[in-house]
Amino acid sequence: MCSYIVEKAAMHGSAKGPSGWMRIDTANVYYDHPFHAPLDHALGIDFICEADGGRERVAVEISRESALELIEKIKAALATGDAAHDKAVACERISVTASQGDVANLF
Amino acid sequence: MSYPSIIGETVSFQGHNGDKGEAYYARPNKPGRVGGVVLIHHAPGWDEWIIETTRKLAHHGYATISPHLYFRDGPGSPDDVGARVRAAGGVADNQVVGDVSGAIAFLKSQPNANGKIGVIGFCSGGRHTYLASCLLADGINAAVDCWGGNVIVDDPKQLTPKRPVAPIDLTGKMTAPLLGLFGNDDENPNRDQVNRTEAKLKELGKTYQFHRYDGAGHAFFNYARGPAYRAEAAADGWAKVFAFYNKHLA
Repeated sequence: MCSYIVEKAAMHGSAKGPSGWMRIDTANVYYDHPFHAPLDHALGIDFICEADGGRERVAVEISRESALELIEKIKAALATGDAAHDKAVACERISVTASQGDVANLF
Repeated sequence: MSYPSIIGETVSFQGHNGDKGEAYYARPNKPGRVGGVVLIHHAPGWDEWIIETTRKLAHHGYATISPHLYFRDGPGSPDDVGARVRAAGGVADNQVVGDVSGAIAFLKSQPNANGKIGVIGFCSGGRHTYLASCLLADGINAAVDCWGGNVIVDDPKQLTPKRPVAPIDLTGKMTAPLLGLFGNDDENPNRDQVNRTEAKLKELGKTYQFHRYDGAGHAFFNYARGPAYRAEAAADGWAKVFAFYNKHLA
């Protein structure tokens, strides 16, 4: 906590904070001495909503190794999710086409 | 034997620009005049370890005040307020110096003050201690810099509107004796920066003593941060702090 170096990422989504769910628009990312994690240095992320004043945050402090693992798993989850989503969309299109055909046949 | 009684409480103090904020004030509960100490908290904020350390100094005989340097960014828990301050790029040097000046005035106004003032700071507070001992030289009798980083600024990009001057460039203004405690494994300040700071103090004929600890990094006094704490170095460091204050604040 000696550097004040913070990387800011624009976000669109929600996080569950001390008062329940809230929208977030920013992630403050830093690598410094943690407040709570039993580590000399930690990767910290504070999810906040600057548009709402940024008074509440959802915070994590994780080890460097954990951060790198998380990056990989986020990428993997997105890739798997995209593939599954594309497959689902394709199936949905087939189903819709078939349904439309079935309906057309009724007339 | 009996242990000395102390009184500890949260008080209001007047800081920079006359702003009123919170401070923790702990002092010995005994007759007679005592020296005062301003304890400048570390970058994470005005947390439990800082309050306990304020009481430790009182236990050793000093009326000690720890101003909440982030009070303008509250309310909230120390870690949440600290996160806000970090995201905003930290607190401005002139504001900190104004707050420290207000804390000194608070101590000097106490009826049992002996008029001597020490300052001690940890982490960013160590840097603030160095800064205050240069810019408030008339009001400080002994300064303790515990691993203050960025006293030397090697990258000019690190100079910002909030921190426009490298404290090392103000060293000529320092009049109080300075005690510096550093871990040899610290990255900020690193060994080279500590050596260069010492060289500047020596060149300008300042009264100082630096102590370096092998096997210790940043924040080695802080038992609340397990990986950083070094019991042996901390015990030796505290002994040096109290010997220094007993000499200069009595």
